[in-house]
Formats: sequence, C-alpha cells, structure tokens
Amino acid sequence: MSMGFGGYVSPEQLMKDRADFARKGISRGRSVVGLQFADGLLFVSENPSAALHKVSEIYDRIAFAAVGRYNEFENLRIAGVRLADMRGYSYDRRDVTGRGLANAYAQTLGAIFSSGGEKPYEVELFVGEIGDSAAEDQLYRLTYDGQVADEHGYAVMGGAAEAVAGYLKDRYTEGAALDEALRLAVAALGHSPGGNGAPGADRIIPVEDLEVAILDRTRTQPRKFSRFSPARLAAILGDRTPDAGAETSAETSAETSADTSAGTTGGTASGAGTDPAIAPGEVGPDAGEPPIAPPI
Amino acid sequence: MTEPRIPASYMTPGNSSFADFLATSAPDLLPSRRALAPGSAAELAPHGTTIVAVTFPGGVVMAGDRRATMGNVIAQRDIQKVFPADEYSCVGIAGTAGLAVEMVRLFQTELEHYEKIEGTTLSMDGKANRLAALIRQNLGMAMQGLAVVPLFAGFDLETGIGRIFSYDVTGGRYEETAFHSVGSGSMFARGALKKLYRPELDAEGAVTAVVQALYDAADDDSATGGPDLTRRIFPVVHVITADGGQRMPDDEVAAIADRVVGGRMQRPDGPYAALEGATTTGETR
Repeated sequence: MSMGFGGYVSPEQLMKDRADFARKGISRGRSVVGLQFADGLLFVSENPSAALHKVSEIYDRIAFAAVGRYNEFENLRIAGVRLADMRGYSYDRRDVTGRGLANAYAQTLGAIFSSGGEKPYEVELFVGEIGDSAAEDQLYRLTYDGQVADEHGYAVMGGAAEAVAGYLKDRYTEGAALDEALRLAVAALGHSPGGNGAPGADRIIPVEDLEVAILDRTRTQPRKFSRFSPARLAAILGDRTPDAGAETSAETSAETSADTSAGTTGGTASGAGTDPAIAPGEVGPDAGEPPIAPPI
Repeated sequence: MTEPRIPASYMTPGNSSFADFLATSAPDLLPSRRALAPGSAAELAPHGTTIVAVTFPGGVVMAGDRRATMGNVIAQRDIQKVFPADEYSCVGIAGTAGLAVEMVRLFQTELEHYEKIEGTTLSMDGKANRLAALIRQNLGMAMQGLAVVPLFAGFDLETGIGRIFSYDVTGGRYEETAFHSVGSGSMFARGALKKLYRPELDAEGAVTAVVQALYDAADDDSATGGPDLTRRIFPVVHVITADGGQRMPDDEVAAIADRVVGGRMQRPDGPYAALEGATTTGETR
C-alpha cells in the first residue's frame, strides 16, 4: 500500500490496510451459515475435516462458529469455553450468557485490531444462544475488528457469504422445521450464482464434507448442543438434485447489519469503509461497505 | 454486563483441565487452596453419610440416603448426595457436605470442560483418575477433619460394563467389583449387599438391593436416614446404562421403598438369604 511522506502512514490508511489484510484471510475460507429454526439455532458449514471443527459448544445454550484462520479462532473458542465455565463455576449456570460472551469477544477482537503490536485476527465469529422460545434466540455475528451485529433469521460469513446469503434471502422462512431448515442451508452453501448472466452450477456437497450442529431447545439435557453424524445428515437430506433455477443475484449482498444495538464496540474501523474492492463475504449495505461503528 | 478484553491467561494455550486452569488464573476458587486455622474443624459443618453402588449387567446403580448430621443433630433430612458427573457417570459423596458438594461441582465442570475443549469424552479410567487428583489436593483439609470420600460409578462405553471406584483421603483410587459402599453406615450396607447381591440382577433388582442396603445402614447407624414415610423422602437413586444416566423419578423409588418397608413390617431384619453349608435345612420359608 502507499506510503505517505517520510514514512508517515495516516491512521485511516493504517486501519484500511489492516482491514484489507483481515478480509483477505477470511475470504479464502468456506462459508458458515447460522440459521434460526423453530426449535433453536442451526449451524452448517462445508468442512472436509471431521476433527477440526468450525462449530462448537461453549455452554448449555451457547454455541460458537467461526471462519478464517483455524489457530486464531480455536484460541478464541478455548478462551470462550474457559470464560463460560469459569463464570458458571463461580456463579451459576444460568449466569452464563451469550451476550456477555459476545461482548468479551468484541472487546478482544477490537483491541487486537487497533493495537499496533499485534496482527489483526483473520476471523469472523458467530455466537448463538437459544432461549425458552424462538423470540428469545440470539445470533451475534462478530467481525475481525470487534464489531457486533445482532442477526435475525439467518446470517452467513466466510468466502462465498454473498452468494449464500442471496440464496437464503429469497427462500428463508421463519419458524421452519429442522429438516427443512437444514436442507435450505445445505442448498445455500452449494449455491453459486454464476456471473454475467450465465447460470451458475449449484454443487451438491457430500454429507461427509458437511459440519452441522444445532442448539436444540427440545433436548431434555441441560446442554442443548448436538452434532449431526453423516448418517443422520444423509437420512435427512435424502436424494438431492441441484436447484435448476439458480437465478443470478449479483447485487444481493449479505444481510445488512444495521442493528448495532447489541453493544457494537471496536470503534476503530474508521477508514475501512472507503475500500472499493471489498472482499466477498462482508457485511454491509449494498454499496459494499463494511458497517462502521457509530462514533462514541 | 460488559466484559473487558478477555484476560491473557484465557488465551494462553494450556491443557484441558479446568482445575489446572483455576489453579493458575483463580486459585482462590479451588476448594483445596483455602488456608485453615490450626485445629480440628470437623464439628463445624454437616456430614453426609452413606452411599451405595451396585453393578448389574449393562449398567450401574448408585444410591444415597438423605441425611446430613452435625454431631447428634440432624442438619438436613433431604440432602442430595448423589450427583451426575457427566452423561455416563455419577458421584456420591460422604464426608464434609459443603466441601464435598463444591468438589462435585468442580469435578462436573472438569469433565464438561475437557469434553468441550477436546471434542471427546474422557475414558472411564481417566475420569476416575481426575477425581483422585482432586481428592489428593484436599489432604490438608482432611487432616483437619474436613475429609471428603466419594464413590464414583459409571458406564464404561469402551467395555460396555458398569464400573465402581472408591477412594481414600490421600487420593488412592480402587476399583471395586460388583458393589461397594462408603460413609458411616457403609459397613452395614456392605454386609447387607453381600447377602443380597446377585450378578444377574436387572436394573430394578439392583435398585431394590441398594434400597434394602440403605435400610440396613439406617437400622444400625444413627447418622444414616432411612426411608422417611411421613414426609415421603426416599433415597436419591441414579441409574446409568448405555443410554446414559438419569436420576430415577421419585415416585418409582417410592414404590420400591414402600415394598421394602412392607417386607420389613413382616421381618424387620430383611429378606432371608439362602443358608448354604448348614446340615439342617436353613430354608425356613
């Protein structure tokens, strides 16, 4: 990137460079979908590894999903488990909340992003928490710079987030049953919009390459997180044929995350919004800008 | 509620033990790290008493009476002394009740923490060893009268059998075959189980055996509570099989306890065991 006079780099340029760096890393990975269904939250990702998870349990009603650099989000995941277990042990299980965890992650990512000494984390996270009813379910999405968005219905992050979110936007319905929601999410992950009027060819992702986990409020155990085995996935997904009507929706962007009421923090993304070559998979309005934290 | 940035110790790579993590980042939360004034503290806190466990083909049953005592006083009539440790194991506690409950909470967190960090459960022996390590750390307190002596039981998914482990205050870990009991009434309970236990018992038979054993413990040990018929307080019974563990519903335990008590109305010393080796026939009924 351009260097200013005498080695001076403006703060705007510095932050922009750091944001570019983080976005590039994130856009290389495959997408993760977080989706609300009737009985809780569903997380689906394309992940050929059965051992290195992108979706994990944090606590009774809280799950974690991530895209980007594995060692970095694994570090954050372990910190989250420790934070939750520590709080649950020193207070009570009910005192562990998704909001608290999302805030801790936001503060951490924001501090790392804006500090000169550390490389920004190349990750994006979901923190999902289910309540006693669908209205109380929460899905927080955190970006590399520590911004938090309170998502509703569905959210996508990672490499092909724009295409996946565009597919979901047209087809997502609230209060769907688990099987239906799962089929939709898997189809969305395999969707490719094509380009310049050419129809895209949707892929069928083999069940072995899918990582699926849910927070299910109907589970009788206090721990509501469960993973799906390939056998169970195959039983639900059945025979799949690619969606022929893959309409091109090039300008469909990821869900606009205008809702910053969840305590958006960070506040260091000034300048990041001026980047015209936004990597796919970014939250933002149709102009292709990442959301900028409101001035504090 | 706003969290500050996650402390560095949480982000530092470490092992998968929650107790070890507590020791480095919040040592004051460990039950074993408390400094005590010299002298015995044994009379300060309630004590839990008798725990019984029995294996049967395909699983294991653990039961505990409901009494906690402080000297000659009954401190609580409906205390819970058998807890699930995780989905396939449970732990029963005898000794200083407050410390024991805290240790159970730590042990539960320890197992769950490992499961979440590693993405897999500990082996049955691994769980038993972790509990031994927690008890070992408590030795100083045990020497001042605050001993915790647990009984650990669970279903071993690798071998497909129920297993029982007992402990001493130094953290010694001993695997028991068939059945075991700890606590003040344990010798009476164990005596009863010696005569009542059959290897071919089913789950309900095993529950009946432990309820009988607890009745005998309460019969001869003042610190063990028997079935409380007026208040309808019955032992806490945990049954663990390949499908996981669960606390037996109170009404089911009550039905078995009522039958046991009914039998004792006829014969207060409990069911006859076959008397082998006698020259005259021991079978009077």
